[in-house]
Amino acid sequence: MELTVTGLSVARSGIPVLEGIDFSLQSGEALILRGPNGVGKTTVLRTVAGLQPPLAGKVGLEREAMAYAGHADGIKSTLTVRENLEFWADVFGTGSIDPALGAFDLAALSDRAAGGLSAGQKRRLGLARMVVTGRPVWVLDEPTVSLDTTAVGLFAQAVRGHLAAGGMALMATHIDLGLTEAHVLDMAPFRAKAPAHDDFDGSFL
Amino acid sequence: MKALLLRDIRLAVRAGGGFGLGLAFFLIVVVLVPFGVGPDSGLLARIAPGILWLGALLSCLLSLDRIFALDWEDGSLDLLATAPLPMEALVSIKSLAHWLTTGVPLVLASPLFALLLSLPSQGYAPLLMSLALGTPALSVIGTFGAALTVGLKRGGLLLSLLVLPLYVPTLIFGAEVARRGAMGLDFTVPLAMLAGITFGAIALLPFASAAVLRVNLR
Repeated sequence: MELTVTGLSVARSGIPVLEGIDFSLQSGEALILRGPNGVGKTTVLRTVAGLQPPLAGKVGLEREAMAYAGHADGIKSTLTVRENLEFWADVFGTGSIDPALGAFDLAALSDRAAGGLSAGQKRRLGLARMVVTGRPVWVLDEPTVSLDTTAVGLFAQAVRGHLAAGGMALMATHIDLGLTEAHVLDMAPFRAKAPAHDDFDGSFL
Repeated sequence: MKALLLRDIRLAVRAGGGFGLGLAFFLIVVVLVPFGVGPDSGLLARIAPGILWLGALLSCLLSLDRIFALDWEDGSLDLLATAPLPMEALVSIKSLAHWLTTGVPLVLASPLFALLLSLPSQGYAPLLMSLALGTPALSVIGTFGAALTVGLKRGGLLLSLLVLPLYVPTLIFGAEVARRGAMGLDFTVPLAMLAGITFGAIALLPFASAAVLRVNLR
């Protein structure tokens, strides 16, 4: 399996932010997107995940191959950790949630209401959902926010396990995960040029 | 799909889910009306069908913005959109869950509330029938409104303004069934119209809601 992105241009709130992005990702590879705040990393990830259409260009794989994790974890605070994960396992039609609980060290918390978890624990629950989806491409937006070093280690291990099983990972992150095999793509060179008609007032001078 | 339905019902029933909210609002409306119009039971019996329908409609409206807003705020809606579930199925399940947690309790409680307004005895069956047939339309139309306003801060007011005009036909025919029933008249025509509105809404609106939701998630 291969994820090929060709000539991708994306817009945020109708304003083009990045254009002409090309990359390809083989099974077992990870790609880390870098770039300053506001450069459009989230927009690229949302486009690849199929949540918004690209301005131009193509994403080679269907959205059915992607599992997306954004800034919000999609956790229901009145359900327990187990119920939250079981819901996603049912939706994605995958089996047991125990490997996911184990991978993010959530087994001891599984009967707690998710609303009572700390920010880092919630994040771990949100990331455990990726394991539960059973999808080959993980699209992760700043996955390590509010994680401590141990949890970052758990996360890196989960990603490695996923890659070893033939999966792919595409993520935007600024911290070093210790994933030495991951490729890094800097977003800054793909910044969209301001369109000519942008300078509306100038054309009258 | 079953998982989503069960989750929505579970969320509605647990603390803070707003399950009893619509019912409590309905009760308050029905209890307050006699204070407002006076204790004349003849007058109450005459306006009871309309008041009951209006109360049911307003209590339904009260919980509409929860259909998508909560899932939008905590990010679940994005995740559900990437799940192997067509958007049309998602909105249909959402409206079904809304009807089961709001519409059905209203229908079941309405005979009790009708008693408070001294509805004539021959009016109970038509009232129940009209509410059972009409409340699914309220949920489906409301889901469409909720999909239109998802992602807007304080979208509740806009939602009510958008949805209330769309509720008018359902209210007219629903209340007409109940009124004619209470007066002992034949109510087949408005009942058929009400059924037409409901089934038409169920058949067509999920596609519109799904399209609107896709645009709003961008």
